[in-house]
Amino acid sequence: MSDATAGNLSQAAAEARREDAAQTGPMLAADGRPLKRSLNRALRAQKLRALALIAPLLIFLLVTFVAPILDMLFRSVENQIVSETLPRTVIALDGWDATDLPDDATYAALAHDFKEAAERRIHTRLGSRLNYEATGLSSIFRRSGRGIDGVGEPYADQFAALDPAWEEPATWIALMADPDWISEQADWLEAAQDTPEPAFRLVPGIADVLPETTDAYRSFARTIQTTGRTPESPLTKEPWATVYLALYRDLSGATGADIGAYSGPGATRLQTAADAVAGFETIPLRDAFAEVADGWVQMPVWTTIQTFSDPYTAGYFLAAVDLQLTPQGIEQVEDNQRIYLTLFKRTMVLSLTIMGLCVILGYPIAYLLSNLPMRTSNMLLILVLLPFWTSLLVRTSAWKVLLQQQGVINDLLVWIGLVGDDARLTMINNQTGTVVAMTHILLPFMILPLYSVMKTIPPSYVRAAKSLGATNWTAFWRVYFPQSVPGIGAGCILVFILSIGYYITPEIVGGRTGIFISNRIAFHISDSLNWGLAAALGSILLALVLVLYWLYDKIVGIDNVKLG
Amino acid sequence: MKLKTMLMMGAAASLAAPMATAQDMANTVTFVSWGGAYQASQINAYTIPYRDANPDVTIVWDESSPEAVARMRAMFEADNVTWDLVDVVAADAIRLCDEGLAMEIDHDAILAAGDDGTPATEDFGDLIVSDCFIPQIVYSTTNGYRTDVAAWEGRVPEDVCALFDTEAFPGTRTLERRPINNLEWALLCDGVAMEDIYDTLETEDGINRAFAMLDTIKDDTLWWTSAAEAIQFMADGEAVMGSSYNGRLFSAIVEQDQPIEMLWDAQVFDLDGWIIPEGLPEDRLSRVEDFLFFATDTQRLADQAAYISYGPARISSAPLVGTHAELGVEMAPHMPTNPANSERVIVFNYLWWADYRDDLDARFQAWLSR
Repeated sequence: MSDATAGNLSQAAAEARREDAAQTGPMLAADGRPLKRSLNRALRAQKLRALALIAPLLIFLLVTFVAPILDMLFRSVENQIVSETLPRTVIALDGWDATDLPDDATYAALAHDFKEAAERRIHTRLGSRLNYEATGLSSIFRRSGRGIDGVGEPYADQFAALDPAWEEPATWIALMADPDWISEQADWLEAAQDTPEPAFRLVPGIADVLPETTDAYRSFARTIQTTGRTPESPLTKEPWATVYLALYRDLSGATGADIGAYSGPGATRLQTAADAVAGFETIPLRDAFAEVADGWVQMPVWTTIQTFSDPYTAGYFLAAVDLQLTPQGIEQVEDNQRIYLTLFKRTMVLSLTIMGLCVILGYPIAYLLSNLPMRTSNMLLILVLLPFWTSLLVRTSAWKVLLQQQGVINDLLVWIGLVGDDARLTMINNQTGTVVAMTHILLPFMILPLYSVMKTIPPSYVRAAKSLGATNWTAFWRVYFPQSVPGIGAGCILVFILSIGYYITPEIVGGRTGIFISNRIAFHISDSLNWGLAAALGSILLALVLVLYWLYDKIVGIDNVKLG
Repeated sequence: MKLKTMLMMGAAASLAAPMATAQDMANTVTFVSWGGAYQASQINAYTIPYRDANPDVTIVWDESSPEAVARMRAMFEADNVTWDLVDVVAADAIRLCDEGLAMEIDHDAILAAGDDGTPATEDFGDLIVSDCFIPQIVYSTTNGYRTDVAAWEGRVPEDVCALFDTEAFPGTRTLERRPINNLEWALLCDGVAMEDIYDTLETEDGINRAFAMLDTIKDDTLWWTSAAEAIQFMADGEAVMGSSYNGRLFSAIVEQDQPIEMLWDAQVFDLDGWIIPEGLPEDRLSRVEDFLFFATDTQRLADQAAYISYGPARISSAPLVGTHAELGVEMAPHMPTNPANSERVIVFNYLWWADYRDDLDARFQAWLSR
């Protein structure tokens, strides 16, 4: 009602505007203000009131329906996990040309990233993410979580042998930490520890002297402060082995560090170490990583990380249409792995078939229902609704009992002698099974809108046509049928859209050739955990439905749809 | 007077002490399992005796284990983990551990030693396949066949390769709709030695060989997604042989008296057990640990075998396995771990499949759909 009023008012407003244009001065309302403005104000109040009335429902829908769906669909492009888990490596790989294994600096970046990720226990999550793209990465990541310390340990040992003070947490704290933070942290350790631990802060300037060590140490301090059931304090814990690797790289001049400029605490110890590192026994980082997991000295892991380092990826959408992102660009996946386009096509074709069958079966029933006397038609309507009220699973399983090879129908046919006992018909666990069961399940969705439209077609029209000399067929086809088209439209849209997203029935009766795309979506959601791919498949399905809806609107016109 | 006060205070203190520990533990916990006969065996063997000792505890069961990994991931994203103890297969435990959703535990610290004093890590041995996983049972995916197929003219399947022998054993098969186990059996029956199976599957040639073998029975096979379906197919006569879990086959054969027989050859060992979700609040965690200490000891694991034919995960439990609680049948011969049944066994290679499942699954599904 408010809509109608608003419509009238906006018409009035349009007229007012037209008259405004015709006259020279603005038309005034009774209170002396321009009519246009006071009308607008009245309209705005109307609209606000209407909005306020629907607001609870709107907000409810947005929060519980639209937002989660958008969030889920957004996963189809989201890919921050790579750059969040391996930030340094991703930057180091930025200019890598993928012709040969990356340089030492990249391996060092990986060592720092990986140690932090392993401590936070997020490295295996990235492993499973990248395993979607390249087989074998999952185990490389899982194995490396344990072995990563091996990369830094030779350096930790040699620094400790040089000067045992390097093993002391206090040495590192004096070198790295902001004095203010040290006292805050000490207070916190003394106190009950029920306030949050003060976050580690670096002493200003140290980053210029030892860039890589500073970065590695900060990552160490922040990580141990924030992980585990009982967070630890850098005051009492020796740094990770990878921090010693960073120190070695800084002191040996690999990172442009400027030791001579440093005069803070421990300057002499640092200088001694700087003089000694030339004599350290080292192995190339590449070989050290080969010890951790030999995958790190092969190309696939690096090209995969580089290809999927962007925070957003088209990879899932490509995978959803049987393409893949490779370092060389977009390629088709191998023939023996292509499946999604087939499934999309099959879902469309079978859904259209089911829709067509529903029209053919549902039309006569709806016609009968709407033309019989009330008593009989109510009876029949209950028969239509009865299966509608029965559980979907029960109906699907019932079809299994009827159609299977040792089932009721086959038994009957064998008993009559129509088919031999060794040549029983295969009517289920294939496409036939899916089509039969789904047509039955979706039939009420066709009959009900058809019935409610047919109910409103006055019988006098057909009688008039006949009295004017039309045959039964002409009267039906030229007079009755066109009036029932809106019902067919509504039924078709309902049945088609429902069937395109069906999942449980094809799963049970579809066998290997009768399953739909939604079965793969369900598989990726609950089994393979590839939610990105599931979201991409879902987005494509949603887009397909919207396109078909739009086409329908263009061809038939959405105004021609009536539910009653 | 003074003495009386002191006595009363002492009594109050001695009452307060156990109460304090009981208060530290949550009294309502949610356990997640598989439903059906398996969950019933856990209730009978674990939670009924546990509740006898702790009558205040309420245990809520959620039958969500089949989709536990996805549900737990969703719970962690919503930051609202409502589960306290989750029963999953080993492969899922590894995945949950990988994703950081399951808690890493120190098995010796929180689990009871065996009744002979063996530390838990030795008593469970190799079955601790992940730092998060507390093994409970050994089950197997194996094959069964109908005993009344006329077309076989009295021939009886003797090994797993009967699956691929459609001449001697015509009829529909039923296999699981996923590559795991099927590819292994296909290669084994194509003449690959047991220990070379996974190496062979890593090569393109090997995969092709496995699929070529499966091609020979592709049109004669019904593909199941839940193990109960497979049993139903065989009981209805829709399929004459096929794979399922040994416990399901046991209940069809022994409890329901169906004309089905076990084919133990090349059964695939798999594990099932508990994981604790990461980041439980202190009170719930201590209750769960208290329960686990009780429910995974030698006797409790052996008790479970009286209700279902799955082998207890502790070495020390094996000698205590007795008879079926209702039928009185001796359970040992029905255990997958029984020496007569385990002459040839494939041990599910979790780590290998963790790497290869994405790729091989895509290939398997593509193969199925054409």
